Amino acid sequence: MKYFYFIYKNLTRKKVRTTLTILSIMVAFLLFGLLRSLSVAFDGGAKIAGEDRLVTINKVTLILPLPYSYINKVKALDGVDTVTMANWFGGYYQDKRNQFPQFPVNAEEYFGIYKDSLALAPEQLKAWNANRVGAVVGNALAAKYHWKIGDRIPLIGMFPQKNGSTTWEFVIEGIFTEKAAGGRENAMFFHYDYFDKARQFGEGSIGWMIIKVKNPKESARVAAAVDALFENSAAETKTDSEKEFSKSFAKQFGDIGLITTLILSAVFFTMLLVAGNSMAQSFRERIPEFAILKTLGFSDVAVMLMVLCEAMLICLAGGILGLGLAKLILVVNAEKIAGTLPGLDMSLTIIIAGFFWVLALGFITGAVPAIQGLRLNIINALRRN
Amino acid sequence: MSMSTAPNIDAQAVAEGDVLVSLKNISKTYKKGKELVPVLTDMNLEIKLGDFVALMGPSGSGKTTLLNLLGGLDNPTSGELSIAGQRIDKFSAGQLTKWRAQNVGFIFQFYNLMPVLTAEKNVELPLLLTNLSSKERKLHVAAALDLVGLSERAKHYPRELSGGQEQRVAIARALVSDPNLLLCDEPTGDLDRATADEILALMQELNQKQQKTIVMVTHDPRAADHARRTLHLDKGQLLQE
Repeated sequence: MKYFYFIYKNLTRKKVRTTLTILSIMVAFLLFGLLRSLSVAFDGGAKIAGEDRLVTINKVTLILPLPYSYINKVKALDGVDTVTMANWFGGYYQDKRNQFPQFPVNAEEYFGIYKDSLALAPEQLKAWNANRVGAVVGNALAAKYHWKIGDRIPLIGMFPQKNGSTTWEFVIEGIFTEKAAGGRENAMFFHYDYFDKARQFGEGSIGWMIIKVKNPKESARVAAAVDALFENSAAETKTDSEKEFSKSFAKQFGDIGLITTLILSAVFFTMLLVAGNSMAQSFRERIPEFAILKTLGFSDVAVMLMVLCEAMLICLAGGILGLGLAKLILVVNAEKIAGTLPGLDMSLTIIIAGFFWVLALGFITGAVPAIQGLRLNIINALRRN
Repeated sequence: MSMSTAPNIDAQAVAEGDVLVSLKNISKTYKKGKELVPVLTDMNLEIKLGDFVALMGPSGSGKTTLLNLLGGLDNPTSGELSIAGQRIDKFSAGQLTKWRAQNVGFIFQFYNLMPVLTAEKNVELPLLLTNLSSKERKLHVAAALDLVGLSERAKHYPRELSGGQEQRVAIARALVSDPNLLLCDEPTGDLDRATADEILALMQELNQKQQKTIVMVTHDPRAADHARRTLHLDKGQLLQE
């Protein structure tokens, strides 16, 4: 601590250079915080997926539908407990910016299969079942638009109705909660029957099936049996565990994890050069001063630690600013994009990882000048004076 | 000013008039490429406690090398170098560093103050290596600055001081840990005549009143006149006094 004042004074010696270095490190860790959070949010579905659930989609692509009749065929298979379905709706509320996930489902079956993660009051489920245009919404979505039970909600959908209108009306009959944060607290579910009968085209088709197996250990066998059942049909299937499905769904946007890793690698490598050069330049300019310190009796190790400490402090300042700003941006905007990308938050794991990289960057960029400081020969250095 | 409480760890007691510095057959050779360049050859010298020695000689005669050896900044290639009875030529690099902090004060031609620190913080630097509390350090710093007549400039940065004032701060820094030995490399080389005389008068006072042993490298005969004795070096060897 005795040396801290001296270290601080050295850091503020070239204010512009120190500020610019801190700002460049800040940008790197701002990107780190945002991109890592983005990657985790994209991967969020896979984390909450059940081990005993399978998802069956069209073998060609998730966009192509499956016949509704597949559900009963799959129900008859050995090892299958329950089967339900869902479809993509892709609507928005009032403004195109107000997008959130909406799914036509079979109410009882869907909430039955997800009873471990979705909680809906029985009387609300009953009321929903009794209303053909009824819908249930997640608590976060209801809070965002100040919706309450009984409200009529018009959505502009990508599916036109038989009367040509793309406006679909729903009445909120229930508000559900999600037991573990998985993004569905921003979703809306409504009756498949209403959707299927009213839509202009695609009647009798579904987006995907969700299969609950009796024994999770038999998942692979059941998945193979489902796909074998529809082999050589007009709509061949691809069945995976729900985790795999969630991951492949996220990969529609590209391998987010890989993309963020590549971007961050490039950013950190550049930062290593920028910050490293700045630290090295700062050290070179002060070689005679370090020689004087050693002359006065400061040990080689003390000089080395001082140089290293400067680098670490600069990186810490930039890192804290960057991670803090990333957290702030996510907190401020999380609600706005919750519909499109639920669960976007900078977790403690990301913050800890961020600090690890801050310290690593400080150590690596400070290591070379610090070792030079350690090895600095007083006589040679004083001759440069 | 009393600096008796300042640390002087491991130094052996030496009374005034005793030999403080002893060089026996000291040689120093540098390696330049594959060639060995002798800088000091078989040098024998004794400096008593309380002495004020001026080292003179042409460039390349080995004055600064000798000063570096006396200050423990470099090791002799051969010979025995004792200071206050301690064979510093036998010390490891770490021991030399610790010994320097406790026993030697350095004064340079270009002052070599830390530009980011005020005068008082510059003077405090050597005390950071001691176990003194912040309050004790401040007392020592105030005493050292008072001794060189710069108490009122304590809060000023080197860029706000004149050359003579900067050198006084450097002297205060050299004195603050109360070393027996002050090593000065051309301390007036960057100063005008009047200021140089003031600095030399201050050094004389330190020698006479504080019993500091001073070894001063200089090219200036008028500076050497302030010393008690003058040694001449040429081609790495001492000439007759």
